[in-house]
Amino acid sequence: MKKQFTISIYTENLIGLLHRVTIIFTRRHINIESITASESEVHGIHRYTIVVTEEEWQVKNVIKQIEKQIDVFKAFYHPNENIVFQEMALYKMPTTVLSESKEVEKIVRQHHARLLAVEPEFTIIEKTGFKEETQALFEELKPHGILEFVRSGRISISKPMKEFQEYFHEVEKASKH
Amino acid sequence: MESTKAQQKKMTKKLTLTGAQAVVQCLLAEGVDTIFGYPGGAIMPVYDALYDFQKEIKHIMTRHEQGATHAAQGYARISGKVGVCLATSGPGATNLITGMADAQLDSTPMVCITGQVASQMIGTDAFQETDVVGISMPVTKWNIQITKAEEIPAALAKAFFVAKSGKPGPVLIDITKDAQFQTFEYNYEPCVNVRSYVPHPKVNLEAVKEAAALINQAKKPLILFGHGILLAEAKEEFKAFVEKTGIPAAWTIMGLSALATDHPLNVGMLGMHGNYAPNLLTNECDVLIAIGMRFDDRVTGDTRRYARQAKVIHLEIDPAEVNKNIPADVALIGNCKHSLKLLLDEVKRNAHTSWLEEFQKLTKQEVDKVIKDELSPAPDKQISMGEVIKHISEVTKGNAIIVTDVGQHQMVAQRYFNYQLWRSNVTSGGLGTMGFALPAAIGAKFAAPDKTVIAVIGDGGFQMTIQELGTIFQTKIDVKILILNNEYLGMVRQWQDMFFEKRYSSVDMINPDFQTIAKGYGISSMKVQKRDELKNGIEEFLAHKGSFLLEVMVGKENNIFPMIPTGASVSEIRLA
Ligand SMILES: Cc1ncc(C[n+]2csc(CCOP(=O)(O)OP(=O)(O)O)c2C)c(N)n1
Ligand SMILES: [Mg+2]
Repeated sequence: MKKQFTISIYTENLIGLLHRVTIIFTRRHINIESITASESEVHGIHRYTIVVTEEEWQVKNVIKQIEKQIDVFKAFYHPNENIVFQEMALYKMPTTVLSESKEVEKIVRQHHARLLAVEPEFTIIEKTGFKEETQALFEELKPHGILEFVRSGRISISKPMKEFQEYFHEVEKASKH
Repeated sequence: MESTKAQQKKMTKKLTLTGAQAVVQCLLAEGVDTIFGYPGGAIMPVYDALYDFQKEIKHIMTRHEQGATHAAQGYARISGKVGVCLATSGPGATNLITGMADAQLDSTPMVCITGQVASQMIGTDAFQETDVVGISMPVTKWNIQITKAEEIPAALAKAFFVAKSGKPGPVLIDITKDAQFQTFEYNYEPCVNVRSYVPHPKVNLEAVKEAAALINQAKKPLILFGHGILLAEAKEEFKAFVEKTGIPAAWTIMGLSALATDHPLNVGMLGMHGNYAPNLLTNECDVLIAIGMRFDDRVTGDTRRYARQAKVIHLEIDPAEVNKNIPADVALIGNCKHSLKLLLDEVKRNAHTSWLEEFQKLTKQEVDKVIKDELSPAPDKQISMGEVIKHISEVTKGNAIIVTDVGQHQMVAQRYFNYQLWRSNVTSGGLGTMGFALPAAIGAKFAAPDKTVIAVIGDGGFQMTIQELGTIFQTKIDVKILILNNEYLGMVRQWQDMFFEKRYSSVDMINPDFQTIAKGYGISSMKVQKRDELKNGIEEFLAHKGSFLLEVMVGKENNIFPMIPTGASVSEIRLA
């Protein structure tokens, strides 16, 4: 049965490595639902977070193929139960809709969103949460006129307590074996 | 030794070199003395640097970059060293792709160095600019683009380390032309580890015990051996393991020659055109011990009906191969030379006489229904591929390196040659690349100049890289070329015969006169059409000093059996 999994990959910070990782998905006809990349808690080591909906055995194979890449330290996968995750969404609206009625401000407050920037022409609203939550806000704001909308890829933190630092040292030690 | 190394280091310390000169120095530092390649604009500075080192580094100019890759593969497979290729940007680089894909699937250590347009031209669709790093990513173990001369030593050191360590594979280094011209202070440090890469996982000792217990209790164990044994140089360990446990051992085509063909415990070839007994008995054994092999679909047939009754022990260096195709009950992840050593201490001396008899019984059926006719056809029948190979095997006493192309002749050569030499089989297994054999044989000969190297090629595949006759002509090396000519793309014709109602679509070959072609390249040749000419032909072929092309006209519509049709189970292997 297909299920949503979040894959976290710790890598060196090198040109082309992200491509090397994503073609592993492409080749197996697996759609990447979201992807983010940034530096991790270890200086110089990057972390990719990739969300897919797949069979678990297939995800396991993919993890091994990813770890097989020379410049990848470690890859993990987790079902949604085992992680805490969020996405961020930004909504751009004409400032006039806020100045002309209290409705939009009310929606923003109800959704625990916030005003990120207020310019004479436009206002930017920010909401962090699950996709359903950022989507719900989108639906409510839509009738008032959304000029632009963007949602980030998922970022996630796993629940198990073993730190990547430990894995990092394990891999580094084993690499000299 | 130590002091000269230190001296060398001191000497090279304050050396100002161009990037191109550094490439040559790095190759020397890695002990490279033979490379294969083809020049062109973007790699010219490296060729210029090579000009000063013609004594130290032999550069073999092939006639096509694909030929260079296969030659490097043949060289690597026989020497155990890293094969090195050199090519220019654009078309030169794209011509390397087939060879890299082949090396990736067959775990062959190879470093390909390509020139690239100058860094300020990248992305402008400059003349002969191709994103070869992007293109080659799926078919390389590692690759990188270098735009500064100072990055060259570390990149090349890492390239050689990655190519040969762990599960070996091809690596590509793309160097921009400006980086080749730039000067810098050269210093070479060999790479001994890459912090994110674990090439040799430590074997789990608990798993060794578990595996040994299974092996010691087994009544009908079967060993499957693959390329990993050859790559790990585990010749002695493997032989000792087989002989101590008395377990019948069957090979994948990549594992062929890790144990002599006529070893009493060698029960033959696995897979689609493998032997009857090991295929059938895969589904009868109680413990399956897979060593350095990856359960390719050509070996397993339908995996859902493959060895379900057996406990599977998998000795494998690459964790990604474990549980990929066939689930392992016990996995010994690590270098199989090491795992075998550990296992050897734990397993009991044993003999499996009655179990071996089961193999012999089935082998007899195969001999009666297939092998007899193949090796000694009725006098009114055309020459068979099998009898040609048998003759060659007898005359050489199995002491030759056999390099095969892809098709029916490949299966016949592997089935019927009596391989005696460790690491004497070079073939394109995973990718099945037609055109592989001729250039690979050239590379193999450079790796083993004292051995007889025989390329066994079909009339189809020969014409895919036939231009490499020019490489033989120019280098004057001694490669024996056997063309088994059935005037067909035989293997495809066989499938059309068996599975497409004999609708022979685009498989008949109207061939040129191969002898005339050989003559143009200064290569002696002979064409054998009748059985009574065969023996003499083969004798002359093998005795001839220098390269020789022997073309043998063989039965046009002979099919290769046994056969496991695609998607069938190993139990459904057909003798006719
Ligand atoms: C580059 C490439 N193209 C196509 C194929 C598909 N193919 C496999 S075997 C074969 C026929 C080979 O014919 P030939 O070289 O004459 O050998 P034979 O089977 O007749 O011995 C073909 C076309 C291939 N393996 N490689
Ligand atoms: Mg043919």
